[in-house]
Amino acid sequence: MKIISCMKPVPDPASRLIINETKTWIKDQDLTFVASEADNYALEEGLRLKEKHGGEVIVLSMGGEEAARVLRSGLAMGADRAIHLLDPKFKGADEFAAAATLAKAIEKDGGADLVLAGVQSDDLGTGMTGTMMAEFLGWVHATVVVGVEAAAGGKSLKARRELEGGINETVELPAPAVLTIQFGINQPRYASLKGIMAAKKKNFKVWTAADLGLADDAVGKAGAMYEVKEILIPEKKSKVEILGGTAEEATAALVEKLRKEAKVI
Amino acid sequence: MPFQGVDFYRIDDLLSDEERMVRDTVRRFVDERVVPIIDKHFEAATFPSELIPEMAQMGLFGGTLPEEYGCANMNNVAYGLVMQELERGDSGLRSFVSVQGALVMYPIFAFGTEEQKQKWLPLLAKGQKIGCFALTEPDHGSDPGGMETRARRSDKGWVLNGTKRWITNGTISDVAIVWAKAEGEICGFIVETKTPGFQAPEIKNKLSLRASVTSDLILDDVLVPEANLLPNSAGLKAPLMCLNQARYGIAWGGIGAAMACYEWAVEYTKGRIQFDKPIAQFQLVQEKLAHMLTEITKGQLLAWRLGHLKDEGKLHFSQTSMAKRNNVRVGLETARLARDLMGANGITLEYPIFRHMCNLESVYTYEGTDHIHTLILGEHITGLPAYK
Ligand SMILES: Cc1cc2nc3c(=O)[nH]c(=O)nc-3n(C[C@H](O)[C@H](O)[C@H](O)COP(=O)(O)OP(=O)(O)OC[C@H]3O[C@@H](n4cnc5c(N)ncnc54)[C@H](O)[C@@H]3O)c2cc1C
Repeated sequence: MKIISCMKPVPDPASRLIINETKTWIKDQDLTFVASEADNYALEEGLRLKEKHGGEVIVLSMGGEEAARVLRSGLAMGADRAIHLLDPKFKGADEFAAAATLAKAIEKDGGADLVLAGVQSDDLGTGMTGTMMAEFLGWVHATVVVGVEAAAGGKSLKARRELEGGINETVELPAPAVLTIQFGINQPRYASLKGIMAAKKKNFKVWTAADLGLADDAVGKAGAMYEVKEILIPEKKSKVEILGGTAEEATAALVEKLRKEAKVI
Repeated sequence: MPFQGVDFYRIDDLLSDEERMVRDTVRRFVDERVVPIIDKHFEAATFPSELIPEMAQMGLFGGTLPEEYGCANMNNVAYGLVMQELERGDSGLRSFVSVQGALVMYPIFAFGTEEQKQKWLPLLAKGQKIGCFALTEPDHGSDPGGMETRARRSDKGWVLNGTKRWITNGTISDVAIVWAKAEGEICGFIVETKTPGFQAPEIKNKLSLRASVTSDLILDDVLVPEANLLPNSAGLKAPLMCLNQARYGIAWGGIGAAMACYEWAVEYTKGRIQFDKPIAQFQLVQEKLAHMLTEITKGQLLAWRLGHLKDEGKLHFSQTSMAKRNNVRVGLETARLARDLMGANGITLEYPIFRHMCNLESVYTYEGTDHIHTLILGEHITGLPAYK
């Protein structure tokens, strides 16, 4: 099975985030980036499928030096090779532009049997990139996947999806397909020291927009469908009211408020 | 909140990408797997053996040994960073990994035959076999040359008799590297612990390294086949070479424990209000924090440089002695100062401080006591040995 696992670099969850001057994003110069958490679950699932069925796992990421770092962590976990989409033109991409770019890279690499992505990213969390990528590739997809099985040498896939209310459904998909992987599907392995040492020697491709044959207005900010107007920290609104009087009076006032204002009783 | 590391002098800039990645991986492992459970093990005086498979999968055992034996072949700085992070979790865990790698796998690698290496190293690297290192005896600690354990030649191999004490991992080991006098000379033997005549009762009621197993080894006519003698291990130099490997790791480990204590001291004193102010705002408190950070930074640089000397093959054992002696002192002093700054809370298991402090008392003594390392430096400076 040829499996491509997408990895998005996001600020380390332990970082302190500061909004930039133009209020359109966070200051990312001094931040440490790590792979978005759900992407680690996706990669782990890919590695397990490979261990069972053979083949190769390729990690794919778009971004600057931080993406290279995340890809190296993927190689250290056990991926066979990496593709880094690196071009200043890719900057400012939304989910649409990112999905278009990633899909082109998958095509350029000769396609795959399975493309994995996290169900959503730790930063934007819209959960759209995976499905849009499937659309660009013209492949079937399944979202919020909590279990994957491959059959017929990877030509057919069974995916268990998480629905609302604690219900699961199983769907069968022909390969090639895109799956977006839910948190907690497995326990991602720690990179082994051997894997870390070997990561440097693995094949690491770097592709630009031109390499992918993508026009300038199809990538990055120019290719985006929406623009971030403002990033803000929500105002804290807390209204505290102390009801005075005797216990009986306060209780009566509270019941009145719960009934009339909060309308909960 | 995951551990952020202490790096006042941008020592991170001195590390390679691989070294940082190794450090960060083990750091995350310690935060996620060790920190949440270690106080319970310390309290119950049990070793967290549930961590062995994952540590093996990560390649933490014998990490500097070659790949052909299933090891990671990493450099000594990366290995040191592993030790630093493990000891930030608990000295007991670091001790386990030190013993398995530096005191069991290393002597097999350095003094063993090719068959011995092929047979044991991959199993030990995978954590499928656990090992211990038996040098110390009830009556011979700092002076192991006086050991009384004997190996007598028989027609079936060697017969070992004697008692070893304070042996880390003893009770949970499958294999022991036992040092014994054979025909007048100290030699190392690979002893399978299931051999008749071998017993390893655990030493109970320790108040230090409680999350590590320490044992007596009793060898009563234990028959060891000739094939289990480490052929190139003759002389006291051989076990001392092993100890130098382990001491190297401790030089990093001491700083790891110090970092954990310092981090807590800073957090705690910033949040603890007395006389209407955070106690961190008082000069006496700040002096202690400044002292801790300074000593940690000096210790980090000592360890980092030591690693490079080791990687370049320029290391003299007296340099390792300086770093072991200094950095364990830093660990212990930082733990005691942090304990002080945290007041009564500092004495509980709710915080890791007192646990580190208790652990470091052992680390101060094993692998060459503070005195012995002082005397090694003294001899190096003056040319005059002061041990006897
Ligand atoms: C938890 C723990 C785990 C251990 N694990 C192992 C293990 O796995 N394998 C193993 O072989 N050993 C192990 N040891 C033993 C350890 O190496 C010894 O405890 C250490 O070498 C000191 O020996 P001792 O305890 O007999 O003290 P002693 O040698 O009796 O020392 C007592 C005091 O006398 C001082 N002293 C001794 N000689 C001199 C001198 N010439 N000049 C000045 N001062 C001197 C010492 O510095 C110390 O202060 C472990 C010990 C502990 C506590």
